[in-house]
Amino acid sequence: MSLAAPTDPITNGGLLHAITGTITLVALALIMSIPIGILTALYLTEIQGSLTRPIQFLVQAMSGVPSIVAGLFILSAVLYPITKAYSGLMGSLSLTILMIPTVARTSQEVLKLIPNDLREAGVALGGTQWRTVAMIVVPAARSGLVTAVILGIARIAGETAPILLLTGGGDKVNPNAFNGPIGSLPYYIWKSFAAGSPEAITRAWAGLLVLMVLVLILFTLARLLGTRKVAR
Amino acid sequence: MNDSHESENEKMETTTKPSSLADVANAKVQKAPGTRAMGTGLETRGVHAWFGSNHVLSDVNLDFAAGTVTALIGPSGCGKSTFIRTINRMHEFIPGAAMAGEVLLDGKDVYAPGTDVTKIRLQIGMVFQKPNPFPSMTIGENVLSGLKLSQQKVSNKEELLEECLVRAGLWNEVKDRLGAHGGSLSGGQQQRLCIARALAVRPQVLLMDEPCSALDPGSTLRIEETIRELSDTMTIIIVTHNMQQAARVSDYTAFFLSDGGPGQMIEASPTNEIFSRPRDKRTENYVTGRFG
Repeated sequence: MSLAAPTDPITNGGLLHAITGTITLVALALIMSIPIGILTALYLTEIQGSLTRPIQFLVQAMSGVPSIVAGLFILSAVLYPITKAYSGLMGSLSLTILMIPTVARTSQEVLKLIPNDLREAGVALGGTQWRTVAMIVVPAARSGLVTAVILGIARIAGETAPILLLTGGGDKVNPNAFNGPIGSLPYYIWKSFAAGSPEAITRAWAGLLVLMVLVLILFTLARLLGTRKVAR
Repeated sequence: MNDSHESENEKMETTTKPSSLADVANAKVQKAPGTRAMGTGLETRGVHAWFGSNHVLSDVNLDFAAGTVTALIGPSGCGKSTFIRTINRMHEFIPGAAMAGEVLLDGKDVYAPGTDVTKIRLQIGMVFQKPNPFPSMTIGENVLSGLKLSQQKVSNKEELLEECLVRAGLWNEVKDRLGAHGGSLSGGQQQRLCIARALAVRPQVLLMDEPCSALDPGSTLRIEETIRELSDTMTIIIVTHNMQQAARVSDYTAFFLSDGGPGQMIEASPTNEIFSRPRDKRTENYVTGRFG
């Protein structure tokens, strides 16, 4: 596959590197933020320990963090002092910071809606609190938790600022998120608009359309996974 | 269920004269206490309960003979539900709740230090006021959920499933759709599903907290029949606001009352006695409908 210069006719070049890059970044961010976000919500609703208030405060504060700040944080705290190189992982880390509060807050609201009757019934049947939560509360909240994850994806899929700072935006397909610059759709759109030639601007619009379609596909997929075999 | 039986019960439902309660209590097959070799049953010794600093239950001493049905009656807020929740240690599930006293199951205090609370709840099952089948599980999974929750293994799941549903009086209605969701059942069926679920872990004692208060008379009747049948093999304690129900299902009745302070157990007697010749004036006032 050849690389296309901004002024090449639009029959040249392609978006594959950007599509795979965005999928890689989002997937890696999901792997990190779903467990952290949902476990945080479980701690806040089910355990309600002494750290509930500070964690609740932290989650609320984090949900207001501007994305560029999350990007700069990873840049100064991880990229410059430790890895010293652009990579998909750096981008995903910043996206994770943005996604955790969304997932945690939405999951918390969903878990609050699960009637206490079910928790009591589980405990009264000889379940420990942990098993009751794992076997009854979480499955009962399943479709709501999937919605929480979808909202999280919606928050990060088109996120641009931290991506510009951290991923390096390569023009080739890079399947390794841990090594080397990686392209992504927001980066591609930004770069193409910045290039300014009529061909590049056409490419930017195409990238935008692909981004929208990709988000739509992710939503549909998550919806299907969430509604299959759910009660009622 | 035959028709004549049902219509007889309907008549009882419509008769509200207090004197009839004793007749209702006498009409059912009487059980002689202590004739069964089923262990020593359940005793409570000086049970007190608090919510925060609010003293809600004071010094309850009650014996429940194995294989009998005991009804707890009394006006709202007198601590009946709190009392049965202290028996299987569900009381402590509520933040700020505290208790004192002993609950002896086969002579062993369920509050003794080092007691595994999950084991206690396996021996003392509970059916709640509102039917609460697990929404993410099928009918069959609901019945067997206690085994999974308590990490028990059984080899003959199919047999256990059928046995529990038969004993709860639900088998014929659901045997062809065990894979359907629990939420697809009617309220009365859901409550019988919850009874079947409680039976699957083979408790010695079954606590029922107003199990029929959210149900129609027909479903109530089915559950009362179930209770009578189950009492052959286990000790049942049922909280009820319906004195007709207490008279129909129970061998013994305990009357609870709160006079502004913490709730107390006023009187416990065989059911036919408490409705025909109550020893305490307050009990008489309550069962004859003068208050409450």
